[in-house]
Amino acid sequence: MERGVHDRGGVPTDAKIDRREHSLADWEVLTDAMVGALNRSGVMSIDELRRGIESMPPERYERASYYERWLYSIETILNEKGVLDTGEVDGRLVR
Amino acid sequence: MTYQIGQPVRVTNRAHDGHHRTPGYVKGKTGRIERVHDAFRNPETRAYGEDGLPEVALYLVSFAREDLWPGLDGQSDERIYVDLYEHWLEEAG
Amino acid sequence: MTAPTPDHDHGHDHNHEPITDAGEPPAAARARALEKLLVEKGVIRREDIRRGIDWLVSRTPGDGARLVARAWVDPEFKARLLADARAAALELGLDPGPSPVVVAVENTDAVHHMVVCTLCSCYPRALLGPPPDWYKSLAYRSRAVSDPRGVLSEFGLELEPDVELRVLDSTADIRYLVIPRRPPGTSELGEEELAALVTRDSMIGVAQPAAPAAAAA
Repeated sequence: MERGVHDRGGVPTDAKIDRREHSLADWEVLTDAMVGALNRSGVMSIDELRRGIESMPPERYERASYYERWLYSIETILNEKGVLDTGEVDGRLVR
Repeated sequence: MTYQIGQPVRVTNRAHDGHHRTPGYVKGKTGRIERVHDAFRNPETRAYGEDGLPEVALYLVSFAREDLWPGLDGQSDERIYVDLYEHWLEEAG
Repeated sequence: MTAPTPDHDHGHDHNHEPITDAGEPPAAARARALEKLLVEKGVIRREDIRRGIDWLVSRTPGDGARLVARAWVDPEFKARLLADARAAALELGLDPGPSPVVVAVENTDAVHHMVVCTLCSCYPRALLGPPPDWYKSLAYRSRAVSDPRGVLSEFGLELEPDVELRVLDSTADIRYLVIPRRPPGTSELGEEELAALVTRDSMIGVAQPAAPAAAAA
């Protein structure tokens, strides 16, 4: 039976566990805090966050870092809700 | 709560189009109720902006690892414990 | 482009322009641009973001370690911890988190617990701080449930064959905290010294607590 890309339990892999750790970068802490604020204000729930992450194209999900997935989800869900317009975040990036 | 501690239960073997918290590796498998948690809002509907009501009973269900992955190396007494919502469980013989 | 406002304070100097600093991924600039947009639109407030940042950076495994150390010295507290970890944390003045529910499970001579979230990364952050990268990795999420003893071996933990291994997959609103076994040779130690032995990894279940001699270094 087909599984979502996020559904990893028992997925065959020979990979060893990479035990290197990194302190969260400022933008990662920021992303985490944005999700918390969106949740507390009732704009986006944690369940919606997860659903957004799970909607990533599989190859993109597997390449993305943890908080890159969160960011993708926030933009996807808020776009869906009409809180963000398509391309609005792109428009804010310095070229 | 429908199920009791110690009761054998089977996890419904179905695909679910959309967000759900039943991992593929337990679908269709038989386990045992270990804990009866409180009821919680349903993530399957919460994930689409609904309020998740009515709340659904949540259980901690244990499975023999060797039932989940027959033939994989490991000890026979290892068990995997998974939190599962009541509507994914069925009585098992 | 909006000018920085006096109350925009993340506790350190940084350029408020959405420019990607050297070494940062593109996501960094996106996150900052997203924040500005959401605040401008009134969707969320800067104070709420700041509160979230402050909370997250304040979380530390030392809180979980205090719960474990108290449980080691006080059997009645341990019983309360096993029955209701949230209430037990509040008893010690700790913050168990706004939600979800934390459940403590106890390692004994006969049983060893290990925790994973195969579907994402659910973890008792309020009591342990943010999870390590490996906990969120695809390899751990896959192998913790299919090859747990193999994973423990990689962490340098070899369980006796007669110890029953239980892997908990945090698939719903419950967050599991492992109470590791008290190390031998610690009967003379006070609660604070005991807490210093309780590592984050021992509360996830991939390691035993530190031995007293090692911690005395």
